[in-house]
Amino acid sequence: MSKTATIIKREFLSRVKKRSFLVMTILGPILMAAIIIVPVVVAQLSDSEYAVAIVDDSDLFHDSFKSTENISFTPLGTTIDHALELMHDGRFDAVLHIPEIAFQAPSSLRLFSERSVNFNAKLLIENTLKLEFESIKLSHAGIDEEVLRSIDTPINIQALRIKEDGELVTDYPEISMGLGIFSGLLIYIFIFLFGSQVLRGVLEEKTSRIVEIIVSSVRPFQLMIGKVIGVGLVGLTQFLIWIALTFAIVGAFQIAMPEMFRFTPDDQVFITSTQALSADEMEKQMEYIQQHDTVAGQLVEGLSAINFPVMILSFIFFFLGGYLLYAALFAAIGSAVDNEADTQQFMLPVTVPLLLSIIMAQMVISNPSGPVAFWLSVIPFTSPVIMMVRIPFGVPYIELALSAGLLILGFVATTFLAARIYRIGILMYGKKISYGELWKWIRHS
Amino acid sequence: MSLLLRAERITKVYTNHRALNQVSMAVPEQSIFGLLGPNGAGKTTLIRIINQIIGPDQGRIFINNELLKPKHVRQIGYLPEERGLYKKMEVGEQALYLARLKGLKGEDARKLLKGWFEKFDLMPWWKKKVEELSKGMQQKVQFIITILHRPKLLIFDEPFSGFDPINVNLLKEEILKLRREGATIIFSTHNMGSVEELCDHIALINNSEKILEGDVGEIKKEFRSRIYEVELETTKDLVERLAGEHFSIIGTKSQNGFVTVRVKIKGNATTNELMKELMPAANILSFKELTPSMNDIFIKKVTGKFPLETLENNKQGSAGT
Repeated sequence: MSKTATIIKREFLSRVKKRSFLVMTILGPILMAAIIIVPVVVAQLSDSEYAVAIVDDSDLFHDSFKSTENISFTPLGTTIDHALELMHDGRFDAVLHIPEIAFQAPSSLRLFSERSVNFNAKLLIENTLKLEFESIKLSHAGIDEEVLRSIDTPINIQALRIKEDGELVTDYPEISMGLGIFSGLLIYIFIFLFGSQVLRGVLEEKTSRIVEIIVSSVRPFQLMIGKVIGVGLVGLTQFLIWIALTFAIVGAFQIAMPEMFRFTPDDQVFITSTQALSADEMEKQMEYIQQHDTVAGQLVEGLSAINFPVMILSFIFFFLGGYLLYAALFAAIGSAVDNEADTQQFMLPVTVPLLLSIIMAQMVISNPSGPVAFWLSVIPFTSPVIMMVRIPFGVPYIELALSAGLLILGFVATTFLAARIYRIGILMYGKKISYGELWKWIRHS
Repeated sequence: MSLLLRAERITKVYTNHRALNQVSMAVPEQSIFGLLGPNGAGKTTLIRIINQIIGPDQGRIFINNELLKPKHVRQIGYLPEERGLYKKMEVGEQALYLARLKGLKGEDARKLLKGWFEKFDLMPWWKKKVEELSKGMQQKVQFIITILHRPKLLIFDEPFSGFDPINVNLLKEEILKLRREGATIIFSTHNMGSVEELCDHIALINNSEKILEGDVGEIKKEFRSRIYEVELETTKDLVERLAGEHFSIIGTKSQNGFVTVRVKIKGNATTNELMKELMPAANILSFKELTPSMNDIFIKKVTGKFPLETLENNKQGSAGT
């Protein structure tokens, strides 16, 4: 086994065997799965029934309110004062008071509650009343409700993207955005997490004074590159385990509680008008919308539009490329200082481009093919994060190739520079190093 | 005697100063070679060049008459001045790792290590983390790692700094044994007295330049002080008696009716002539030549004067103890 391989093996195993690695590896997917599962579960469990009493002094809306799974409506024939007493006794969570003059003055409507009002209930009441008010007004004006409804045309444009090979795919910008930001953020976190592990590893070798023992057996470059690769493999391992475990946990939940993941149209709160279009040429379109116009349907449709093999492969490539680029710099910083406190002065040039790319991700998302997006995704220091943000929106292969090529050149260059700083830095103790000094080390052959 | 290592006009310039200037050195096979000089003289730089940790700007190094190459790493064992171990790693695993980096095969390394660990009573600590070991034990581990691969050339930089006296003796014994078995040893230190009695060859380095090199016996002969310390019963006319051109009194000191005199013999005068002058005057209790320590020789070489030439410096070999 070559010496570099021996070093890689130690760097990898010594980290993978640590308890913190095990904890992170298990906690990571649980957290990620929780992000997916918890909102679903919470939405399902969504508290006990919310009881609303209705005191309708106008006598107009007796039958308007339909109880739902979570919200029940009870019309009361009593006075508002009595109803409030009943609420105080705990029979109801809220009391809706519709005064006699409500129709003339809708602002006189009141919803009383002893705790803060359930937002969904308020929304439901408002929507219901709005429709009722409208239909009463319509009939007063002599307009048939059905006619009006048929005029109200829901528009849902299907965004289509023509791919390079001419294939048409439906575009779901929201899903691309979410996925782009998520993977960009993940790259950012991974680069920082494992980059600083390299820094600490180099510093550990320096402060424990083992480094000179090692470099009498291997070249400093072998030690540096061995550490960078070893730690990178730890990151890759962790990422792959995370992906596998996340899918496993989410999958297990789906099998265990399938009813929780069956998405239904959310018609309880948002009472949508029925679609009464009957034109033949629209029929297919309508069917399509009905089938797909649900959160779950869109999610499934949107996710299936994402090219996952490309996503995962490019994630691995840009993670490794970005990591190698920055890890070399982290290694150089670790070698140039004597303790962790001194690293601060050199961290700026490393953190600024990374932070910049996360900040610019917002801008890139709003225009994923614009010039800002293009340049940031080919400059090696920002490309790992920005390219991952762009990929879910679809990136021309030529740009991908350009970005990848420049990233490879980039990390070869930083590794070369870092190695020159590293071999001098690791043997230098008790001296405050300035940027000028580092530059001298780089030039010094 | 054949040479194990030969350094030829080595020059190394750092960004801010010249660390070595045209330094040549010849280390005979199976010798114990002392590379001596004050801190900052350039010793560690020279050693790092021999270990191929850094490269020289000029000059060449030969090992067994062969130009120094990466493969020679296997034949050198180096215990640096700045030495340590991974604190969180298990002792045995760490020793194995470092042995593999030297080029030993896993199983051979394990066998050899077990032998040494048993010899140094370290076996119970094999599975312990380094941070649980005492400093002395860590030093033993470092020593084992240095010599494990049976290098032809062993280089110890400030070997005994930080070692307790018991370990120092243990190490000295082991080093002498290794020499008998064929190894060549280089000691680099600023504390010349600590290795003086072990070395048979030395090189003195000062301010990036070699100022003296050779066989210890020959150097000591060359640097005879010709200063004698005589203990006598009190006598009055001592100064008059030694007033001649052949002798000069460096100083006298009386104590409890005895006088200690330091006399330098000049020119071709002999010790017998000195005795002749003294004997009639008083009873001589003791008479000895002050042999300069390496430290004295170093100071003489740098300043042109022996520190022995003042009586205040009464102890023999001022800093040599």
